Amino acid sequence: MQKSQGKRQRAINYIKRYWTLYLLLLLPMAYFIIFKYIPMHYILIAFKKYSIVKSVWEMPWAGNHGFEYFIKAFQNKDFINAVRNTLMLNALDLIFGFPAPIILALLLNELPFPRYKKFTQTVAYMPHFLSWVIIAGMAKQLFAPTSGLVNNLLNRLGFESIPFMNDPTWWVVTYIFIGIWQSVGWNTIIYLAAITGINPELYEAAEMDGAGRFRKMWHITLPGIRPTIITLLILSLGRILGSDFDRPFALSNHMVENVSDVISIFVYRNGIQGLQFSLSTAVGLFQSVVCVIFLFAANALAKKFGERGVW
Amino acid sequence: MVKSKKSHVGDFVIAFLCFLLILICLLPMLNVLARSLSSSEALIKNRVWLWPVGFNFNAYKVVFGDSKYTWSLIWTAFLTVVGTFLSLFMTTICAYPLTYEKLKGRRFFNTVILFTMYFNAGTIPMYLLLKDLKMLDTPYVLIVPYCLSVFNMIIMRSFFYGIPESLRESAELDGAGPVTILVHIYLPMSTPVIATLALFYAVGRWNGYSDALMFVKTRKYYPIQLLLYNIINSMMSIDTTTVEGFTTPGVSESIKAATIMFATIPILLVYPWLQKYFITGATLGAIKE
Repeated sequence: MQKSQGKRQRAINYIKRYWTLYLLLLLPMAYFIIFKYIPMHYILIAFKKYSIVKSVWEMPWAGNHGFEYFIKAFQNKDFINAVRNTLMLNALDLIFGFPAPIILALLLNELPFPRYKKFTQTVAYMPHFLSWVIIAGMAKQLFAPTSGLVNNLLNRLGFESIPFMNDPTWWVVTYIFIGIWQSVGWNTIIYLAAITGINPELYEAAEMDGAGRFRKMWHITLPGIRPTIITLLILSLGRILGSDFDRPFALSNHMVENVSDVISIFVYRNGIQGLQFSLSTAVGLFQSVVCVIFLFAANALAKKFGERGVW
Repeated sequence: MVKSKKSHVGDFVIAFLCFLLILICLLPMLNVLARSLSSSEALIKNRVWLWPVGFNFNAYKVVFGDSKYTWSLIWTAFLTVVGTFLSLFMTTICAYPLTYEKLKGRRFFNTVILFTMYFNAGTIPMYLLLKDLKMLDTPYVLIVPYCLSVFNMIIMRSFFYGIPESLRESAELDGAGPVTILVHIYLPMSTPVIATLALFYAVGRWNGYSDALMFVKTRKYYPIQLLLYNIINSMMSIDTTTVEGFTTPGVSESIKAATIMFATIPILLVYPWLQKYFITGATLGAIKE
């Protein structure tokens, strides 16, 4: 009896003391429920025949046990194309874009002039702060076939102009290059922070043993930032079918749609412009689910190889 | 320790590689700046490289004289300021309670929040929600739906964790409640993280265009990037332009360059000053649960 009274007293004290914390959380939780969880019930539309006058619950189920629109999506050439493009561009980003900041961080770490290093970093962070619209605008001017700086330079050196933005193959190259340009500096931040965490005694010991620059990089720095590399690799693998909208949409033009249309652009075209809500919700759901599966798979794989996972 | 000659050579090779990187980052900006300040004649003849030819401010006069641009600049600045304040407020009141280890239900709140990082409903469900909330094509749609970023909330929470708990405990002994402690102890110590997140949110709003592209139809609500997108793409393919008044290709080229500079300069003026803050912030984001 007394025990439970003590318990109640403690509960009252707890509430008296901390009720304001719940009050603070009220607004953020409302935000998450309204803008993150309530939208999830519209996912049902992927399995139903969309009707503008009915609520989600009242709409009739789609054919083929509700999977009509998933089947339609996979019969849709544009969708298959979008999946292919998404995978291709993300894989190329992973192959070329993922190692780039690691290499740059190693370089910056070796740079012995502190002020010059800081200046390099400031300049290298700059592209991260530009919008994709602006980057695309600059790219279109720089890479223009007749008036662009790059092709002018090529012409002067005796080469033909290259249609960087207008030929599908060259567009992919340009897209990947611009992606690296935009993100490489920014992404070094996390690696540089990891490098500062490495015990300096390790370097001193290696120097005693006569290790040169590359051996120290290979045997101390890289193993030291390995957990960071693995974590970021898992996250990138988890996004292999994910698609950013801003970058491909801004850089694209109608001459290269065949390679630049990724899933997010497909959803925009067919859903928001074409009003095919069921089809584009189905596509979006497919994408989200695949992303979650990939993330879990990459994480499990990393753990299997004895690495620390993301969670 | 005396460095060998070989490693000195290595130092300069690395310094040179960094110099190349600087060039690759800066030259595109310089080229666009030069174009924006050049005469149309020089642009048609392809004579502009990194220095203006036929120096003039005509393109900027056109841009600043056009109410379409100035309005969208003011409008976007307004959205950015209001949006950033709202976002900082929401992020703070979300992150702070979660740092109390004694808070009952903390795990539940964390799970509910983190889940949204890994799975989201998608574009169309968001569109339908905003439609049902009657938010489509209103200014609110550019501020409210993405006002709280889980990633940024984690950065702030990690920073709060770094504030010694003894400070909080001694304030509690003096009878201070959680809100008093937040306002008088935590916030004054959090300038670095607040500056970082303000930069992240402000840059996000200033640079964003896809939400406006999808959710807004009324032209006067267009943020500057969407306006730019339309201008760059409408003037791109054909040089005889659709925008009233400019008939020669050179003029439209320099105006395009001027509009690009116009939307970029505000950010370029701000970010270098916040560098030491955002490096801390971006690093905190990597710390896990």
